Amino acid sequence: MKYKIKAITGAEAAAEAMRQINPDVCAAYPITPQTNIMEKFAEFVADGIVDTELIRVESEHSAMSCCVGASAAGARVMTATASAGLALMWEILGVASGLRLPIVMEIVNRALSAPINIHCDHSDSMGTRDLGWIQIYSENAQEVYENTLLAMKLAERVLLPAMICQDGFITSHGVENVEIFDDKDIKEFIGKHKYKHSLLDVKKPVTHGPLQLQDYYFETKSQQITTMEKAKNEFIKVGKELSKITEKRYYFFDGYKLNDAEVAIVTLSSTAGTSKVAVDNLRKKGKKVGLLKIRLFRPFPYKEIGKILKNIKNIAVLDRSASFGTNPPIFSEIKNALFDVGYKGKVHSYIFGLGGRNIFVSDIEKLFIRLLENKVRDHGFIGLRK
Amino acid sequence: MNYKELAERLRTKKIVQGHRSCAGCGFPIIARAVLASTDKPVVVSSATGCLEVTTTIYPFTSWNIPFIHSAFENAAATIAGVETAYRALRKKGKIKDDIKFVAFGGDGGTYDIGLQSLSGALERGHDFLYVCYDNEAYMNTGIQRSSATPYGASTTTAPAGKIHQGKEEFKKDLARICVAHNIPYVAQASVSNLPDLTEKAKKAFSIKGPKVLVVLQPCTLGWRYPSDKTIEIAKLAVESRFWPLYEVENGKYRLTYKPSKFVPVAEFIKAQGRFKHLLKPENKHIIEKIQEHVDSEWEKLMDLCKG
Repeated sequence: MKYKIKAITGAEAAAEAMRQINPDVCAAYPITPQTNIMEKFAEFVADGIVDTELIRVESEHSAMSCCVGASAAGARVMTATASAGLALMWEILGVASGLRLPIVMEIVNRALSAPINIHCDHSDSMGTRDLGWIQIYSENAQEVYENTLLAMKLAERVLLPAMICQDGFITSHGVENVEIFDDKDIKEFIGKHKYKHSLLDVKKPVTHGPLQLQDYYFETKSQQITTMEKAKNEFIKVGKELSKITEKRYYFFDGYKLNDAEVAIVTLSSTAGTSKVAVDNLRKKGKKVGLLKIRLFRPFPYKEIGKILKNIKNIAVLDRSASFGTNPPIFSEIKNALFDVGYKGKVHSYIFGLGGRNIFVSDIEKLFIRLLENKVRDHGFIGLRK
Repeated sequence: MNYKELAERLRTKKIVQGHRSCAGCGFPIIARAVLASTDKPVVVSSATGCLEVTTTIYPFTSWNIPFIHSAFENAAATIAGVETAYRALRKKGKIKDDIKFVAFGGDGGTYDIGLQSLSGALERGHDFLYVCYDNEAYMNTGIQRSSATPYGASTTTAPAGKIHQGKEEFKKDLARICVAHNIPYVAQASVSNLPDLTEKAKKAFSIKGPKVLVVLQPCTLGWRYPSDKTIEIAKLAVESRFWPLYEVENGKYRLTYKPSKFVPVAEFIKAQGRFKHLLKPENKHIIEKIQEHVDSEWEKLMDLCKG
């Protein structure tokens, strides 16, 4: 296992992965807190460390549109955005997945307006969860780096676009020690991108994005649905290939001290790290608490999650976004997964951290205690002003 | 390019028959003529619109060349991505062909919703030709008003009624907006003058960088005239100086066709149902206002052509 340790931010970790991938084309537009990724990557371009063509577009809508054009032309394509930028891309996100283009995008999660807010929550990427993109959430800078490598290979293998999410400011601007694996090993892992239907293959012209009405649209969409389901297996396979370099395990989720846990918290991204500390603190006191950290949110691993949570008596799901008028996104999926396994325990929904509101180890410890004492409401907020 | 040469070149069949545009539609002529103006392989992007929906009804396609449709407002950004991929892959030796890039959009997809995407692509200097087939309203969705709709025209969203007499604003000047980007080549052309259109397209293909052609295309349904009159009406637009044919090469304006005699804009107006209400005696002042506008725009253009 060859690697160097670099003290870098989550944004720089994403840029490091992009440096090693060396995509043919990047198109991006500045937005806080994503900008640090593209600024770092622009330095790599300026210094000739990568030979990527970087398009400094006039909007995120055009960023994704350029990515669609470049990807359909057979290029390996990456971009990055956050919040309002992702919202502006919304229309073209569906075009990218519908045209089956393996575009990879770094998302630095940030709250959506209004009120305007630059800090972390997951309302941006969760809002795009039904647009046919693979979604991978990262706990820390190390995971941002590795998830990006995994996503690139996975996307090109299944011909679906993928986004890698990290928490705005918390992960993107926090400096950590990150193991950066050997350039040559990663290059070999990523391999060459071979796209069969390139627009630049002028001898074999293909019409991309035709009009499909009642007679064909459904068939095309059904293929997309099936492929997304198959992407789960491919995720495991690609993960195993990456493991050969990193000697780490890549699964749909990570259970932390779950095996004998009586109660558990389910969450994703940086709050999983905070929760681990709470688990450790309570375990020292003999409390049987555990954590389920979700890595792959789309496609969602219902069966596997149902199986691992089935015997836990009390579960709290922590969402950093709301779905107004219905259950929050992660809670909704967990409830589905538990229904399928005939779950007999209780599952509770908590919304926390909207607009970057901090969540502390003590908040999570308190929640664990309440779960253990069975003194927990069905749903509520963590960290809300009284 | 004369008609004989054009006829010869059209045999390359980059876009072929079998599409479902209306009888008398002008844009198949424009698309075929523009694409016939280069011998190089061409990759096309198209905005959502009549051209795209009538030529790509799955499982059929009229495109014998690589084609991509992404959305309504992003034909320019899409082709910018394709052209950038081309440069990236050519640099790495993965592509050998010398390829030309063309984006097509209607006036809705260009003057209105796609203007930002076009502006960005022009400013960044991508090597492509943008062709706007301008039929002066949202024809694909049923003749709604666009910023390219001329003063006085009745559309389904700005219809002539008891109080309002159709559109009450003048048409946006797209060509000059494009000129303001300091790009190497911008031209106005008409489907009625194919030698002029193909000369412009040929010249555009020979120039590196962003180029824009704005081509007037009468629409039988939207302008409301018999389907055999398309060329005649486009000709009236040119002869009445409503739609001057000119080019701007590196900022230098040149009139490419000068009407030999004065034709009042009323002649152009009378030929179309969308202006029918203007023929009422009480609306005479509207026609006069349009004539004044045509005259003043023509004078401005003549001044620009003098340099």
